[in-house]
Amino acid sequence: MTEPLIEFKDVTKSFDGNVVLDGINLKIYEGEVTTIIGLSGAGKSVLLKHIIGLLTADSGTIYYRGTPVSQMTRQEIKDALAKMSYMFQSNALFDSLTVYENIALPLQEKTNLGKDEIHRKVMARIEQAELAAEIDKFPSELSGGMQKRAALARALVTDPQIVLFDEPTTGQDPVRKNAILGMIAQYQRKFGFTAILVSHEIPDVYFISNRVLALYDKKIVFQGTPEELENFDHPFNDEVISSLEAFQKELTGLYSLRQFKMLNSAQLKRKKSHEPYSIVVFTLEDVNSITAHLGHDAVHEAIRRMCLYVDKHFGILGGLSTRFNTSEIVTMLPHSDITETRSILDEFVKDFKGQGISDLRNWTGVRRLVAMSGSVTFTIAAGIAEGQAVTKVETVIGAARENKKAIWTATMSRQGVNI
Amino acid sequence: MNTGITGENKMENKEWSAPFFRPFNAVGRVVIEWVDHLGAATIFLLAALWKSFRARQFAKVVSQLYYIGARSTAIILLISLFTGMVLGLQSYHALAKFGAQGAVGILVALSLIRELGPVLTAIMVTARAGSAITAEIGIQRISEQIDALQTMRIDPLKHVISPRISAAIISFPILATFFNLVGIIGGYISSVLLLGLNPGIYFNSIQANVEMKDITDGLIKTIVFAVIVATVCCYQGYYAHQRKDSHGAKAVGMATTSAVVISCVLILVADYVVTSFLM
Repeated sequence: MTEPLIEFKDVTKSFDGNVVLDGINLKIYEGEVTTIIGLSGAGKSVLLKHIIGLLTADSGTIYYRGTPVSQMTRQEIKDALAKMSYMFQSNALFDSLTVYENIALPLQEKTNLGKDEIHRKVMARIEQAELAAEIDKFPSELSGGMQKRAALARALVTDPQIVLFDEPTTGQDPVRKNAILGMIAQYQRKFGFTAILVSHEIPDVYFISNRVLALYDKKIVFQGTPEELENFDHPFNDEVISSLEAFQKELTGLYSLRQFKMLNSAQLKRKKSHEPYSIVVFTLEDVNSITAHLGHDAVHEAIRRMCLYVDKHFGILGGLSTRFNTSEIVTMLPHSDITETRSILDEFVKDFKGQGISDLRNWTGVRRLVAMSGSVTFTIAAGIAEGQAVTKVETVIGAARENKKAIWTATMSRQGVNI
Repeated sequence: MNTGITGENKMENKEWSAPFFRPFNAVGRVVIEWVDHLGAATIFLLAALWKSFRARQFAKVVSQLYYIGARSTAIILLISLFTGMVLGLQSYHALAKFGAQGAVGILVALSLIRELGPVLTAIMVTARAGSAITAEIGIQRISEQIDALQTMRIDPLKHVISPRISAAIISFPILATFFNLVGIIGGYISSVLLLGLNPGIYFNSIQANVEMKDITDGLIKTIVFAVIVATVCCYQGYYAHQRKDSHGAKAVGMATTSAVVISCVLILVADYVVTSFLM
C-alpha cells in the first residue's frame, strides 16, 4: 500500500470550547486530486489550514510522508511547507499591490530568479488566468471572479508540488466554475502536483477528483473514489449531496449522475422485459486542443450549449440526461426505440447547426482569436444504441460509445468560422 | 485530620467570600494581561529588529521612510512653527516682567530641543502615521493577507513589521530636528519680528547656552519614542484578530484607538523616565 503524503489521526480542534473537528482520520495520497466536501461551516477550511500549518491541532497527530509533524525539525517543516501553496477562500490578495505585483510577490521574495524570468513566469500565469488586461489594477478594482483567478494564478506561480484550494470556484458563473476546475485538472496532469480541494461543485468536482473525503458532523465519514461515494449509504448522502447537487443544474440543466441512475432504474422497473429503450452518447471531441487554442471557457461554453440543446430535444420526450464526464453527455430515452431516437437526433443536429452555435466566435475573447495561430476544430460525436428493459444501462452506454460518429463539425480560425 | 468543615461547607464559604475577592481578581487579571502583552511586545520588537538586517529589506525601509518620515514633514513643520511662536510670545512677556527678555532664545531653544521637539514629534507621528500603520496591518490581518504571507513562507515580521520599525527609528530623530529648527525660527518670528527683541541677542543666547548634550539627549528620547510608537502601533494591528472586545472591522478600529492612546501615554511616561536617567 502506498504511503500517504498527509495523514490525520484523531485530530481534534475547537475554538472557545466549540468543537469543529472531532477525531479526524484521513489520508491524502501524492499525485492525486483529493476533494473535501461538506456543508458550509462544517470545518473544511479549518481542516485545510491544519495541513498548511496555519492552525495547530488541539490533539491527535498529523503525519507528513509517514513522520509526525510534531517530531519534524524546524528545517524539515520549512522544507515541507516550501512545496505547498494555498489558495484562500477569501482570495487574500494584497490590496495595496496590483494584480501583477500580487502574483510576482512569492517569486520576488522567495526565489533568486532574475527580473526577466519572474516577468516571464508571471505573465504566463496571467495569460492562463485571462487577466492580461487587469495586470495594473488593484484587487478592489476587480470583480469577484477576477480576484479568484488572480488568487489561483498566485497559488500556481511557484510551481508547487502540493496545492490546497479552498473553494476555488465560489462566486464564479457556471461556465467559469467548470473552466477553473478544468484548469486545475489540466495543471495537475501537466505538473503532477497533489491537489487538495474544498468544493461544493457536486458533481462537477467529481470529474477531476481521484478521491473524495466527506466531512460530516465534525468527522470524516467517507474516504474513497467518487464512484464509491455514489453507493455510500449514510445520512451524508441524503443531507449533503442532495442539497449540493441542486446547484449543478446551473451549467447543464441536466440530472446528476446519481439522480440519473436512480431515475433510469425506476423507469426500467416499470417496463416489461422485452420493451426497448435507447441511449445516446454525445461527446465533444479533442477537448485538449480546444483548451490549448481558446481556453477552458470555450470548452465549457460548448458543453453548456450541447446540454441545453440535448435537454431541449430529448427532455421533452421524457429523456433523462446526465453529464458522464467532462466532455461526455449520456441521454436515456426510456420510451423510444432506436428509429425514433435517430429521428430526434437528426432534428437536434439541424437545430444545433442553425442556432446553437451561431455565435461561436463570441465564446472566445477577441484577444485569444487575434493571438490564435492556425485553426481549431469543434467536433460533436454521437452514438446510439438500443436495449431492452432487462439489459443493463451500462452495457447499452458501452454499445452507444462503440457506434459514435461525428454529427457536427466547425472549424474556427482568425478569419472566421467554417461549419 | 477532621477540621469539622465538609466539602460542601468549604464550597459555601468560597461562594460567600467571592464578592469580596472579585475586585482583586479583576485587578490581577488585568495585571497579568498587561505583563503578558509587555512580554509579547518585547519579543515582537526584538524579532522584528533582528530581521531588519536581513536581505531585501532596503527597498521596503525606504518606502516606509517616505510614508512615516517624508509625508509627515509638512504637518511637523506647521506644528513646530506655531509651537515656537507661542513659546516666544509667552516667554517674552513672562521674562519682560524681570527684564530678562534676552533669555527668550535660550528658553525657546532648550524647551524645544530637550522636551517639546521629541514629545510633540512623537505624538504627531503617532496621530498621522501610527494610526494608519495599525489600521493597515489590522486589515491585512483580518483579511488573511498576513496568513497568505505565511503560506508563501514570507515572514510577516520581516516583510510587514520590520521595515516600519526601522523606518520609524530613522525618521523620528530627523523629524524632531526639523521640529527644533523650525520651532526656533517660530520663536524668532514672534519675539524678534513681532515684539521687537534684538535678533543678535536671540541667536547669541542660543549659541552660548545650548550644549551638545542637550541635542544628544533630545535625540536619544526621539529614538526611544520611535521604538515605542512603532512597536505599539504594529503590535496592535498585528494582533487585532485576537482582541477579546471586538471582531472584524470593529477590532481594527479598536486596535487603532488603543494604539494611539497607549502610544501617547507611553511617550509621556517614557519622557519622564528617560529624562530622569539623562539628568
